[in-house]
This record gives sequence, C-alpha cells and structure tokens, in this order.
Amino acid sequence: MIRFFLSRLAFGALVLLMLSIFVFVLFYVSPSDPARIIAGDKATEALMAQIRVNLGLDKPMIQQYFMFLGNLLQGDLGFSYRTNLPVGDLIVNRIPVTMSLVFGAVVLWLAIGIPIGIASAKNPGSVRDRLGQSFAIVGISFPTFVLGMIALYTLYFIPTRMGLTLFPASGYVPAGQGVLQWAWHLVLPWLTLALVIAAVYARLTRGQMLEVLGQDYIRTARAKGITERRVTYVHAFRSAMPPLVTQLGIDIGMLLGGVIVIEQVFGLPGIGSLAVTSVAMQDRPVVIAIVLLGGLFVVVSNLIVDMLYALLDSRVRTARR
Amino acid sequence: MNVKLPLKTTRILTPGQAAKQAAQIKARTSWQLTMRRLVRDPASLGSAAVIVLAVLFAVCAPLVAQWVGHGPTEQFRETGLSSAGIPVGPNAEFLLGTDQLGRDVFVRLAYGARVSLLVGVMASLIASAIGVIVGTIAGFFGGVVDTVLSRIIDLVMSVPFLLVAIALVSVLGSSLGLSIAVIVFFSWASLARVIRGQVLAIREREFIEAARSLGESRWSMMFRDVMPNLVVPIIVYTTLMIPAAIVFEATLSFLGLGIVPPTPSWGNMLADAANGSMYLVAPWMVLVPGLALLALTLAFNLLGDGLRDALDPTSTKGAKA
Repeated sequence: MIRFFLSRLAFGALVLLMLSIFVFVLFYVSPSDPARIIAGDKATEALMAQIRVNLGLDKPMIQQYFMFLGNLLQGDLGFSYRTNLPVGDLIVNRIPVTMSLVFGAVVLWLAIGIPIGIASAKNPGSVRDRLGQSFAIVGISFPTFVLGMIALYTLYFIPTRMGLTLFPASGYVPAGQGVLQWAWHLVLPWLTLALVIAAVYARLTRGQMLEVLGQDYIRTARAKGITERRVTYVHAFRSAMPPLVTQLGIDIGMLLGGVIVIEQVFGLPGIGSLAVTSVAMQDRPVVIAIVLLGGLFVVVSNLIVDMLYALLDSRVRTARR
Repeated sequence: MNVKLPLKTTRILTPGQAAKQAAQIKARTSWQLTMRRLVRDPASLGSAAVIVLAVLFAVCAPLVAQWVGHGPTEQFRETGLSSAGIPVGPNAEFLLGTDQLGRDVFVRLAYGARVSLLVGVMASLIASAIGVIVGTIAGFFGGVVDTVLSRIIDLVMSVPFLLVAIALVSVLGSSLGLSIAVIVFFSWASLARVIRGQVLAIREREFIEAARSLGESRWSMMFRDVMPNLVVPIIVYTTLMIPAAIVFEATLSFLGLGIVPPTPSWGNMLADAANGSMYLVAPWMVLVPGLALLALTLAFNLLGDGLRDALDPTSTKGAKA
C-alpha cells in the first residue's frame, strides 16, 4: 500500500515537472518581450535591458528554468509583470471564490445526479428512466457557457425587468459578509455547473447500479427480507461507488480549468478569470503559476482517488499487498 | 375423393421443405443488421437528420449569404441596428436578427457551422487515428513499450487541458489549425486507453494464437487480425469525440482564443453576445448559436449512443419484432 502510494506520488511529481518545463519553454519561445510588457511602449532600450538583467532574462534558458524552479520550490512564484504584485498573493486572494464555486457545485451535482441515476436503474425502461436518461444526454451535450447565459437571461434578467429580483446579476460576496448573501450570489453558477456535470453522474450511476442490482447477492439480500430501500442504498450502492469516486476525482481535478468559462459568464473574480486576463495581457508569471496550480489540483485529486479506491475496493487493496 | 385439405394443417417438415423455407430467409451481413437496428431507433434517425442538415447548411453557407443578400462579415449599421445602436431582432430582412455590429446572425450561423463541423470532425478523426495506433501498439506489444506509452497517456490525461490550451494559444496566436492541434493533443489519450484495454483482451484469443503459429509477422497480426476487431469501439468513440471537440472549439473561441474575428464561429458569436452582456437586450444573439451548438452536440451524442447499441451484436434494443 505504501509502495503503491509512493509510486503514485512520484508520478504526480513527474507530471508537475513536465508541466513546468512545458509552460516555461512555451513562454521562452514566445515572441512577446516581457521587458516591453513591464516597461510599457515608451521605454528606452537601456531601461528594458536593465529590466532583463533584473529578471535574469539575459541568461540562457536552462539557467533561467532552474532559477524559476528553485524559487518555485521555496514557494516564490515571482511578481506579476502587469501589477507588480506577488503572484502568490494574487492567487491566494482569488482561491476562495473558485473554491466556493467548486465545492458548492460538487455537492449539488452529486445530490442531483446520483438520485436520478438510482431512480433510473431501479426501473429500467420506465417513464422515469427515460426522463432520467433524457436529462443525462441533454446535460452532457449542453455547453456550460450557453446554459449559464440562458440561465442569467431567464432567471435574472426577465424577472428583474418585471420587477421581481430572484437572483443577483453577477459578482461575488465573501462568505464573511454573510453566508446567505454569499450563497445567493453563487446559486446560478452552482446550478449551471452542477446540472451539466450531474448528467455524467446520472449516467454513470445508472450503468453501475444496473450491473450491481443484477447480481446474486442482491437477490440473496432481498430473499432475507431486507427492505428494498436498504438493499438499494446500502448493499447495491456501496458496490456501485468506486467508479463514481474515480469520476469525482477526475472532475474536481479538472474543474479548476472548467470553471474558467463559468467565472467569465457570471463575472466571478476567481482563478479562472485571473487566467483569462493574464493570458490576454501576456502576464507570464501569473499564467505559469495558474497552470501549475491546475496541474497540482489534478495530481492531488488523482492521488486521493487512488487512495480512496484502495480503501473502498478490497480487491485493489489485496492485489497491491 | 378430391376433398380439399384445409389450408391450416400441421405440415410435416421434410428436409426438402425445410431447405426451401430456409432459402426464403434472407441472409443479412452484420452491416445490414446494424443498419436495420439503427433505422429502427428514432433517436438515431433524428440525430442523423440533424447532422445532415447541419452539414448541408454549412456547405451551402455562400448560397445562404447570396440568397439573403448579406455577407458574413458585412455590417448593416442603418438597417441592422436600431437608432440607439441596439441589434434588431428577427424580422423579414434579418431572419434571426443581427449582432452588435449589425451583422446578419443567420448568415453568420451558416458560416460558423463550417468552423464547428470542420474542427469537430477533423480533430476527432486525427485524434482517433493517433489513439488507435498508440493504444494498439501499447496493448499488442506490451512490456516496456506498453509501460512507456501508458505513462504518456497518463501524463496527457493529468494535464489541466483548458488552462494549458489557453496558455498555448495565447503564446502561439490563435488560428484554425492550432485549435485543431490543441484539441487533438488533449483528445487522443482517452481513446488510446480504451483501445489498449480491448487489445489486451483480444491478444489472448485463439485466432491470434493461430495467426502466430502460422508465422504471421507481428505488424501483420496487428493490422489484419487485431484492428478489425476494434471497429466498433473506434466508430462509437470517434462519434462521441466529435461533440466534445465542437464544444472545446466553441469554448476556445468564446474565450477569444479560437477562430479570429471577424470570421464567424459559433463560439465567437457567443462571445460577442456575452461581451458587455449584450445578450440581455438581444437574447437571440445567445439563443441562435447556443441552441445550434446544443442541437449539433446532442445529435452527435445520440447518434454515438445509437451506434453503440446498433453495433453491439448482443444488444436487443431496437431489434424487437
């Protein structure tokens, strides 16, 4: 188990290393000149040369990379070319917004997707099943930003124009200023994100449950007179869980990238919108930091999934021993 | 004694008669069976119709422009915008309204369909070719080759793709070719993983052993014996990759990193709609490209599901009667 964990950990570190080399080289070969970005259009050549020396941009690429890596390992992400603020601070300020968005959405999509999937699997072919499957296929096909804009138009704009404010326009209120306000501002983004992803879970849950419910031990459990509810939720659902956990890990890991569009549509000042503005302004240190943070997210969630999987599924545990 | 026997009597089946009856049974190839199953599934038929219409619409884009008399990037500031500079809604001149520059949304939709279909189909075909080749080699050769290729697949799958994609496009500059390349890069790995798994199972089958004992070379076995058995997953997964690629392209364009304006794509039409919340006063700007996007991705997803059922010889769905 420990060996398994260590090998996964090493692989995660490798992913991050490759990712850091990739972004670094990418920006190194980029035609844009950081000195020009920092100093502005009217800067003299001498000033720009000075900036390059200060940033170490005059050194060979390999040396620059190791300087960058060394700073990174000490937790120093450098300074933004645009705002001159430390990149670490910029990101830390925005993490609460993105985290609020992600975790609210995760809770909602599990709460929507899994019951729909279970209900579908209980009576395959029924009207309820067909409705559930229709929900799943439409949800999977819906691009989040389209759903978000339609939600804003129908649930915010039209009611507000009719004098009924159901939801706020956009923006973010920190939970410190009142949990209700915080949640109220996040309901639409949560729902948008959750509905689209819940579709995946509904499908996955249905498939898993159908497989499990057909097995002998479920018949045995029913024959012993255990209530149907208990058979479904305790006996069957527990076996259907491991693939769901895997999917959840992948989704949470990838979500840092996925929220970019949602933050854009709903005007939330999170990591995603920081990424978009930094990319547009060629603010290299910020972009590199965000990409690496995204990678870290994926790696850590994959690691947690592997561990949980081993705990949930005794076959994995014994096989690794 | 010429009493006619009633027509409905039990006839004794002599071998001759049985052969006669058997001759009336039409032999159907698996391809014919697949088509029959597909044609009996209304969802697949409907989706195929939607896709054909979308292709026709895209191919005929110049004809549409000619018929309406508006170019895709032509601005109609007089007739296409109200006196306050607000886009006009659907009317006799502009069938689906205009956008913020007074351009005809209907004509842009037709040209945008070209981008979506081209990128979606091209990227999926290339990605699936790479995925099939890598997956087959990894599964068939095993050993070190498999380990290396599997690690590479894992690596690509642990990259936060949207973040890296926007960093990449921002540095290299957006273009149609780069959009396709980025989508291919992040799409082939999941198919490669699936194919590898299938090949691992096929490799152990008797007919491969037979081929080996007949002295067939490994490459010949791979292409002549293994690959034909992968046709079903390849067709299904490639079809299901197309909607994902279409949404990916639209997302890149939506973030201003895909097709360069003023060339229309559904993604940048949606970006125009989102820009300054224009869609709140001109909802058709989001509904037209948004619903077109939904319809196309839904059609491909439904067709992919339909194909999966139709190509599965054990499937009973749609095969009743």
